[in-house]
Amino acid sequence: MENEKNTLLKVDNLVMHFPIYRGVISRQVGAVHAVDGISFDVKEGETLGLVGESGCGKSTTGRAILQLYKPTSGEVYFKGKNLVKLKSEPMRMMRREMQMIFQDPYASLNPRMTVRDIVGEPLMAFGQASGKEITERVADLLKLVKLNPDFASRYPHEFSGGQRQRIGVARALALNPSFIVCDEPISALDVSIQAQVVNLLEDLQKEFNLTYLFIAHDLSMVRHISNRVAVMYLGIIAEIADRDELYVNPLHPYTQALLSAIPVADPVYYEKNRRKVLEGDVPSPVNPPSGCRFRTRCPIADAHCAEVQPELREVSPGHFAACLKV
Amino acid sequence: MIDHLLQVENLETQFKTPDGIVHAVNGVSFTLNEGETLGVVGESGCGKSVTMLSCLRLIPSPPGKIVAGEAFFHGQDLLKMDPEELRHVRGAQISMVFQDPMTSLNPVMTIGKQLCEPLKLHLNMTDQQATNRAIELLGLVGIPRAGERLKDYPHQYSGGMRQRVMIAMSLACNPQILIADEPTTALDVTIQAQIVDLVKRLRDEMGMAIIWITHDLGVVASIAHRVAVMYGGYIIEESDVKDLYANPTHPYTLGLLGSLPHIEEKVHTRLFSIEGMPPVLYKKPVSCPFAPRCTFVTEKCWQENPKLETVSPGHRVACWVDTKSGSKR
Repeated sequence: MENEKNTLLKVDNLVMHFPIYRGVISRQVGAVHAVDGISFDVKEGETLGLVGESGCGKSTTGRAILQLYKPTSGEVYFKGKNLVKLKSEPMRMMRREMQMIFQDPYASLNPRMTVRDIVGEPLMAFGQASGKEITERVADLLKLVKLNPDFASRYPHEFSGGQRQRIGVARALALNPSFIVCDEPISALDVSIQAQVVNLLEDLQKEFNLTYLFIAHDLSMVRHISNRVAVMYLGIIAEIADRDELYVNPLHPYTQALLSAIPVADPVYYEKNRRKVLEGDVPSPVNPPSGCRFRTRCPIADAHCAEVQPELREVSPGHFAACLKV
Repeated sequence: MIDHLLQVENLETQFKTPDGIVHAVNGVSFTLNEGETLGVVGESGCGKSVTMLSCLRLIPSPPGKIVAGEAFFHGQDLLKMDPEELRHVRGAQISMVFQDPMTSLNPVMTIGKQLCEPLKLHLNMTDQQATNRAIELLGLVGIPRAGERLKDYPHQYSGGMRQRVMIAMSLACNPQILIADEPTTALDVTIQAQIVDLVKRLRDEMGMAIIWITHDLGVVASIAHRVAVMYGGYIIEESDVKDLYANPTHPYTLGLLGSLPHIEEKVHTRLFSIEGMPPVLYKKPVSCPFAPRCTFVTEKCWQENPKLETVSPGHRVACWVDTKSGSKR
């Protein structure tokens, strides 16, 4: 049924390297391989979860899609247009359609602007409203995210973390976007507040037919909110599949380890199940391992894995994995 | 009195702030037995860290002040102990691991030097003895090539390894109690699983008691024997770990567990969310601190703060309502 829907976003072989400069003449001595050739697409109205550990490139992917970074190479098609090739003014107009919600509700709101100015700024920037209209639109938006419209004249410091995140959501919705990158929107929030924000995001998605790229490291929350899930490791996609398929039948050894490491709120679970605990740390993205990136921590890797970099291939319909052993 | 390793009675801690006095801990009592792991769960600001810091008198004072309570460790009240004596308890018999391994290690001292410090201070070891023991400790917490890595500085270690060093340091003097304050919160899930496994293994080998402070109900399920849930500076539910997850009784505990997505979720269900937000207590509440957010709230909840009462063997709850039947207790 998903295949019937239109593809809203298509990422093709996206590469994002950050150069490292050293010495008096700032010669480039290397690069952080943050994202190293990833491809996927997002269908209209769906939520694609993007999970992985810190430094795996998931946030960089989100930002490179929105052209907040200029990708090193690769294409990003949004509604059929290649964003990488767009000139700055058409790109600016395109930004109305795609918005972002940030992780840190403290750092992402200007402390010296009132809520009305923060939420109203996109409207002003695109000349969609002025003066009184902005105030009315902002009041509507605040109601939409279940905040009291009378709070519009307040400053961010007067709100709690969860309320600030709602302000961030209201700002993202101001221009009626069709696509929102949610970059760890709930990681900084308390457990009881996380559920509030997730429920809000789900309600808004239904109401406005929004498409989300939901970046997170909390695998249980990603399972809850996503239709499909992509697992990243060290700049590449290790596995991508429908959420139930991925969680029930994970193919890549990294996905298996990641799933087994999730803390489960059930003490009986720990008596029945022995966890697979991965050894070691994620290698440096400046100098990623040859061949398969995961081989240094992989329990089933052999010599072959060091030579060949596995391609992301379709193992069963809609289920892609990048592993030589699968 | 039964022999508890640590017995805290009616602990109250307040902080003076420009906006008024914040009542962070409002009469907390709990016990810890030998070899037992107590999980303390709650959201930010519920007083879980302040409770444990108060027991060791690590609250910055001013603005903090322990206004009442007792904390007996081997029959001696830590809160009234001579500061010199307390120094011999802290770090040696009761030690602590903090959340952020980067800020709790000294960035301009080598790992080796920092590890040797407690050994020389508490156990009067010589430099050579301390170095040998430090290598042993690093090996114990699973750091490869321990001898060479002693000369490294904290920034040369990864986050997970720094936390291993913190654990090694806290275990240096064979403590009887290890207080771990959100030790895995800053770490990735696969590293978190490594650290939890490590602490469990060390606990079984060394037989120490652990107080594990966290907001993560999943991590607690994997490590604790007993769990205390805190809200607004009170323990509102305390029970054996299995009983707590099988029969959560306080509306707050019910809400917390309900707000977690289930990893084996088959059908998409809406998450249960606790409306409102945790309180900041500028005065000691007369009512139940959870009343403003509670779905079971009754007239009585606004008039009187319920005390922790035993509802079944080993299971204590502070609530006026029996959440199973919905009737008054």
